[in-house]
Formats: sequence, structure tokens, C-alpha cells
Amino acid sequence: MRKIAIIGNGISGISAARHLRKLGNDEITVISGETDHFFSRTALMYIYMGHMEYQHTKPYEDWFWEQNNIKLVRNWVKEIQVSQKTLLFQDGRTMAYDILVLATGSRSNKFGWPGQDLPGVQGLYSYQDLELMEQNTKDITQAVIIGGGLIGVEMAEMLLSRDIGVTFLIREKEFWDIVLPPEEASLIGRHIEEHHIDLRKQTELKEILAGEDGRVRAVVTNENQEIPCQFVGLTVGVSPNINLVKESSIETNRGILVNEYLETNIPDIYAVGDCAEFRVPLANRRPIEQVWYTGRMQGETVARTISAHKTAYVPGIWFNSAKFFDIEYQTYGHVWNQLRDNENQFYWEHSDGKKCIKFVFDDQSKTLLGVNSFGIRLRHQILDQWLREKRELPYVMKHLAKANFDPELYSRYEHEIVTSFNHTFPDMAVPIKKKGILASLFS
Amino acid sequence: MKIIQSVGLVMFLAGFAIFIGSFFTAHYRITDEILGNSTTETENALIQEYGEDMLDHNFATSYTLISQLSGLFEQINQELLNTYSFTSDELQALANRAMEQGGMFSLANVEQVIGADSEAASFKLKSFQDYGSWLDQRQYENQQALFQDLQNVAENIRLYGIINQKGFDRYRIKDLKFQLAKAAGNGPVSRNPWLFLGLTYGLCIIGAMMYILPKRKLDGPPGIKNNNIFFSAMKNKGWLGILTGTFLIVFYVLLYYFPEYMTNWIIMVDPISQILKGSDAGRFFLYGFIYTLCILVMGIRMIIKYRHSKYQMIRTASVMFFQTAFAFLIPEILLRLNKPYFDFKNIWPLDYDFFFDNELQTLIDSGSLGIFMLVWGIVLILVAVPVLVYFFGKRWYCSWVCGCGGLAETLGDPYRQLSDKSLKAWKIERWMIHAVLVFAVVMTGGVLYTYFTGSGQVFGLSTYAVRETYGAWIGAGFAGVVGTGFYPLMGNRVWCRFGCPLAAYLGMVQRFKSRFRITTNGGQCISCGNCSTYCEMGIDVRWYAQRGQNIIRSSCVGCGICSAVCPRGVLNLENAPESGRLNEPILIGNDSFKIQA
Repeated sequence: MRKIAIIGNGISGISAARHLRKLGNDEITVISGETDHFFSRTALMYIYMGHMEYQHTKPYEDWFWEQNNIKLVRNWVKEIQVSQKTLLFQDGRTMAYDILVLATGSRSNKFGWPGQDLPGVQGLYSYQDLELMEQNTKDITQAVIIGGGLIGVEMAEMLLSRDIGVTFLIREKEFWDIVLPPEEASLIGRHIEEHHIDLRKQTELKEILAGEDGRVRAVVTNENQEIPCQFVGLTVGVSPNINLVKESSIETNRGILVNEYLETNIPDIYAVGDCAEFRVPLANRRPIEQVWYTGRMQGETVARTISAHKTAYVPGIWFNSAKFFDIEYQTYGHVWNQLRDNENQFYWEHSDGKKCIKFVFDDQSKTLLGVNSFGIRLRHQILDQWLREKRELPYVMKHLAKANFDPELYSRYEHEIVTSFNHTFPDMAVPIKKKGILASLFS
Repeated sequence: MKIIQSVGLVMFLAGFAIFIGSFFTAHYRITDEILGNSTTETENALIQEYGEDMLDHNFATSYTLISQLSGLFEQINQELLNTYSFTSDELQALANRAMEQGGMFSLANVEQVIGADSEAASFKLKSFQDYGSWLDQRQYENQQALFQDLQNVAENIRLYGIINQKGFDRYRIKDLKFQLAKAAGNGPVSRNPWLFLGLTYGLCIIGAMMYILPKRKLDGPPGIKNNNIFFSAMKNKGWLGILTGTFLIVFYVLLYYFPEYMTNWIIMVDPISQILKGSDAGRFFLYGFIYTLCILVMGIRMIIKYRHSKYQMIRTASVMFFQTAFAFLIPEILLRLNKPYFDFKNIWPLDYDFFFDNELQTLIDSGSLGIFMLVWGIVLILVAVPVLVYFFGKRWYCSWVCGCGGLAETLGDPYRQLSDKSLKAWKIERWMIHAVLVFAVVMTGGVLYTYFTGSGQVFGLSTYAVRETYGAWIGAGFAGVVGTGFYPLMGNRVWCRFGCPLAAYLGMVQRFKSRFRITTNGGQCISCGNCSTYCEMGIDVRWYAQRGQNIIRSSCVGCGICSAVCPRGVLNLENAPESGRLNEPILIGNDSFKIQA
């Protein structure tokens, strides 16, 4: 029975712990200074907005861990003594391990702006950040958010739920256009503005000003415009949280360097999730994957390697999802923010300007490469299958209804989408037929 | 807009305050005419004789009137018992005489002992024949044993014979208290029922609408509107929620057990009742009226809240329609046409008195329409439930048609997040709901046994006592007081989840033979917990979603809110072929190995 220590109780660390338990009877200890129990980090915003309480964000009831013999330790690790295989805690305690899994997650980026450490300025990643935000936004009326990514838009939604006015500064031309193609980026930008958020495009932060009380009073933009506010959200991305290992012999770059087995340079030490950086990135994927799903998969995979089923991390077809205020977003395969050389696209947008779908395909072979969908839910299994099978676009259009995952009775748009497709690409046109209610009842 | 909302809120509260206040506004006087209208001649004479000082006397509150009436009925019954009971001396004399005749008891002796010269004596004689004929010609070893049997007979006569035939039994007392209090009340409400109807329901409805309709604009673009729910004193068991729950509980207790106190509220809806069925309202008319209004007003709120979801809008419109037409209007109109009261969408065993002898008799006596109703009711149980659950899941009933479900999905929607999601709660739920189903089936079995054989006893249990217990504890106590009163404390489906025997039956079909399931979308779940939090049935939806397993639970009423609140489009209610329904968990995305979630 080996002693396995896992640092971090987010989705990566917990997935590793759960799967290690399924695969063996090692002594498993999960260490976190953040919370006693695993909670869904992605749900932090809902706690602030009053959709849920903290307890609701815990995916497993508290008895689950004891029943599965997974030990939970609430403490911050101060130092990893690699040569002695020992962890040193902040409160002076120590813990010996045989195998160590690092799942320390991320921390919010700061780029050295003047005033970035003032009271009232913060990022949002951890439970402590949430508590801080609760204090920082008490009885305030105006906030500025810097950086248009997923956390930024979540923060805007959070602040809005408390009737706090939001000015949203984004460096880019359109919202999140480093990821989203122009049409989609502009659709989301419009939706953000529909919620009465003052979205300032191509605007950067120059400095943050303090008031007499020492708290943030205003921000100054690169155009020297001063925007009064009592809160600044810094959401310009996150970086691997590697402070703990920087001083050790564990090799790092931006993140903790791992091979395809999630092994670090030190035997018996592994890294998974946001904090891990692949020495050799997988094809079409970033070296650091900071997504819930990849964290989960890496946790699942490392558990096998530790349990003597050495397994390389081989993620399948890329997918991701998010929600921007009221608009859900799903993506499958690869849709880059700009078409690549061999690529072509078909884009359809609903007349209400809140739903759209984009198909990127290989210009030569016409095979599907990726799909972006906003406001229409798609069936993961079908898209995964089509992308794997390298289906050609006419096939996709012909069977589009199969990919719909919207609730029953919702308006369906396949007819409109395919009509538009036939119009745009007459050479690939497919016949349109409607399926009767009776047929679908007995399908 | 916000001003309109505030004014609406004030109007609603004013209407509600007048409603509560009207409870206390009458004074009460029982006149000869009122007494005559409500009682039989004998009853009238008895009340005139013993309650003379009550008649034409002014009572300031219903409480004093009713406690006086209670005292009066008790006094009359006591007097009647004194007059018509066998005295100890008489029983002793009977026993002595039998002993003198060699220990053989004979009915003939009774007349010799008590005579037959007075009305009381002949009643005694008659009742002894009814209750004690089994003693006739019995041989006794000693006087003690005989005296014991005689005492038992006398006690039965006291308990059942005298009160039922001469006095006021408890059903009649309840009924008379209600009728007399309703007729005797005199106050602003009874003088101006229309005015008060406007001042209470009118103000409340208009106020509620002024509060609800602006949400369309104020709450921003269509989408999930759950902001600040857990900070709300109303929606997270704060003081407002507790107060609301208390009011609902008190209301239900009055309605079911003490309707004689709420006569002012019933008088208020007399005009509506007159229009619909041509007669004055009873307590269940009041209940149906308020119930329907709640579903309609809060249904509009629900439709506005979920206006991005056609499924929710159509579903809500459906429960609004079935409540208004099937549960409220059609039965009342049937009464007006002298037909049996019948709710065409209510199904046994939720409709637990469907097989009661009096109900069956009414239907059978009502010609072809009555027979149709009887057959319809049985077809719903035997055909509609299994077939429709097979195709659509139990939701076709629970969240599209049912009245309890209708109230839960409209008035109860603000409380759906309060249901307990723990594994422990699920265990309790399974025991409880199936126990109620067994209780309902056994109770109905007994009732039918009595109907066909005429015998009121099965295995030493009175089928009447069993049905009465079911009605009081399950029908009124569980479904009403707990089921609705606990909305703000335990969520809006307490009854449906822990108690409803029909839900248990529908659930068994759904679990084992149905095309319905909630599917999870590949690997898209982020375990956020919105689905579980907003599941009114307390299903831990996330447990399934995060491991990629279809959600197939007997309790799922298919409201679709889990799917609506999911921020990543993971959940979908689907009817599809049965193969693969009870699937192994599938999590798409990791090709490193085959995931065993």
C-alpha cells in the first residue's frame, strides 16, 4: 500500500483520487488549503449570484470521501522536499509520500500595472477570491473589468446580479476574438451590451488609482480616460500556479513540465490539470490546457499510470462549452479565430442575432473540421462521431437534425440552416425533408 | 416600472390584509329562521329546548358562537343519554331476574323490567332488541358474567344507538356548526360579498399582475432568472418563507378540520358559486377557487420567467388549462346540470375516494353519463397510465395535467430549490411513497369488499375506520397541510415526492417500462450543481450527468428545469427506443482508455 499525496482538490486532483481508488487500495490523501471538500470551481459565480449556496456546488456529499477511503487534509503545502519525499505544511507539520500528484491549478494574471495590488482590485479563481469579491463589492455601485475572456464575462454577470454598473475594457477588436471568429465574437459583444454593460473595445488599462481611503477609486485607460469605480476585476487570463514547485528540482517552464504520461522530471511525481505543461504539445492543442474537461481527463489518465496501467494522455476530439449571460456556446473539433489556409466555412445566424452556427471544413475534401454553436445545443456524441469519421459537409447537412440537443418543443432551425447552406454552396446542396411527428414518436 | 411593481406589491398586501381581516369582521346571531333552514324538526325542537338562551343572542366572534354550539350539542347528547340509557339498576334488575330463572337470559324480560309505557321505555326496548338480541336464551353460570354482557350492550347503545338516532353525531355536529355559523354571520362581508371579493381577490390579482408583468422588462433579456434566490427571505427559509408556510399550514388546518371558523371567506365566494353552479359555496368551492387563481396568476409568472423556453411555456399553459377547465369549471357546471361532480383528469389512487361506495353509487345512479365516468376513471388507471407513461414518462401527468403538480409548478416554483438532495432523503422517500401506495390499495380493497359484501369488517378492522384514517392523515394531512404548507420549508413537491400513491404507480412504470429518460450530453458536464439544486424532486441530477449516465428515476416528473438551468446544454428530456436506456455511463472526450465513470 503506497502513500499517494495529491495536492489540490479541484477537478484534476479529485478525478485522480477517485480513479486511483477504483483501481487499487493505496492510501490516498488529497490536500487543499482552499476548502475542506471538492467543489465545482466553475460554479463560483452562481454562489455570488445567489443561484446556489456553497454546499450545492459540492458534487459529492461529505460522507463520500470517508466511504471511499479518500483522506482529505485541509492545509497549505509550503514546500516539497523531493529528495526526502516529504511535504512540509505551512503550520509546520510534515507528511511523507511515495507518490505525489500536483494539481495546484492556476492563479490570475497580473501584468505589472500601477495600482494592481490596491484593495478592491482582484481576480477570480479560488474560493478565497470569491469571499474577497463578496467583501470588495459590498455596497458599491461601479466596477471595471479588465480583459475579455470567460472569467471576465462571468464577473460582469455576477456584478450585474447585484445591480453594480460594469465597464468592461477589452484590448481586442471584438470580445474574446483571440478564440472566437469575428462573427461569433461580435454576436457575443452585442449580447453583452444588451445587458447594459459598457463594453469598451480596443481599450487597455494604464493604471489603477487609489482614493483617500487607499482603496481603488478609478482606472485610467490607455487613452488617458479616467473611469471612476470602487472595484476592479482583473481577468486577463490565468497562469499555472507553480510557486510551490519553483524552488524544488521539479522542472518548470510556464507550467510544471510533463511528458505524455503526465510524469514530471522527478520519478513518482506527476502533474495534472491547469498547472501542467506538456513538453511536446499534442497536435492542434495548447501545451497548457486550462479547461475543466481536460483537467478531468488528465486526472483519470494519471490514475491509470500510477496504478500500473501506464497510459498516455490521449484526448479525443476537442470540445468545450461556456455560457455568456443567456447565450450558450458549444464547440467541437477546431474552429480557429481565423480560417487557416486549407479551410472554408459555412456560417448561419438567426435573424434575432442571438443564435448562430458555424461549420469549418476542409476546402479540398469538404470534411468537417469543427463546429461552433451559439444558442443551439448540439449532441456531443453525434458531433464527436462525425468529426472522427471525417464526414463531409453534405452528409452533415443532411443529418443535421440528429445533432440537435435542444429541449423538446423548441423551434428547430435545420430547415433554415440547410436552405441557407444550399444557397451558399449550390455545388454541395442537399435535399430538404421534414420528418412527421408520428415518425419521430416511433423512431 | 419599479414603481408599478411597488404599487402592485402594496395592493397585493392590502388585499391580503383585508382577506385576513375579514376573518374577524362578523357578529353572529342564530334566528328561528336560520335554525329552521338548517335543521330537521326534531333537531330544531331539541335546540329550541336546550339552547333557548343562544337563540337570537348576539355573538361577537365565531369562536364564542362555536364554542357555545359545541357545548350545546354536548349538553343535548348528555341529556339524551340520561333519558335513553339503561341505568345500572335496570341492568342489575335484568341480571337478577335471569338468575332467578335458572341463569337463562330472555329478551322478554327487558319489557318486564323497564315497561313500555313511555317513549323512552319503548326506545330502550327497541334498542336492546337491536344491540342485545344475541343474549336471548343464553345460559349463564353466574350473575357476574351476565351483568358484564349486559353492560357491554348498554355501552354500545350509548355509543351508537342513542347519539345516532336521537342526538347529534359528530358528522352532524361538524356540519351544523358550519351551516349555522355561515348563516348566522352578519357583517360587512355578508352584506357586501361582491365588494369584498373585489377588495381581496381583486386587489390581490391586480397587485400580483402589476408586480409580475413588469418582470418581462425589468429582468432583462429572456434566460435563466435565478439571481439572488438564496439571499431571499422568502425563497431560502427566511422569516418570510416561514411566515408564508405558517399561513398555508393554518389555512389548510382550518379548511380540513375547522371550516366553521372560515365562513366569512366562504361567504365571499358565494356570488361566484351562484354564477357557476347556482348554489352557495362550500369550503371546497373556496379551496378550488383560490387554488385555480394561484395556478393562473403564478402560471403567468412562470411563463414570463421561462419565456426563453417553449417547453416550459407550453407545459405551464397546460397545467393552467387543466386546472381551470377540468378541476374547477367542468365539475361545478356538472353540478349545475344535476350531474355528479367529476374531475375527468383525477386518477385513483390520488383520487382516493373514487371507489368509495357512495361515490360509486352516485355514478351508477346517474345514467349513462355516470357509467361513462366510471369507465373513464377505470380506463385512466388501467390504460392511460401505463400507455402514456410508456411513451412520454410520468411527466404527461405529473407536470402537464395534475392539479397538485400544477400548483407545485406555479405557486411552488419559487421554492423548488429547497428540496433535500441527499441520499438519505432518497431512501426515506422510497419507503414513504410506497408505504402510502400500499395503504391506499389496502384501504380501497377494504372499501370494495364492503361495497360488494356489505360487511364493514375485514380481519377485525373496520373498513370505515381505515378509509377515515386515510382521508384524515393522507388525504388532508399529508397531501394538503404538509404537501402545500411545507412549500417554503421543504420545497414544492413534498407530497408528490414522499406521499402521492399515484406518483408511486406512475413511477414504477417509468422506471421499468418507458421510453422516457433524461440524457446527458457526452462529456460536457462541469458538475456545477444547478440541475440538482433546482430539481424539485430532490434528484441529484448531477450525480448522473457528471458520469454520463442517463437519468432514469421513478420520481422524475419531467418538469425540464434541470435542462433549462444547465449552463452547458448537458441535459435533455427525451423519448426514445428502450434499448440502451439503462446505459453504462458514457463520458466522451478521453481516448486514453475506456472510461469507467
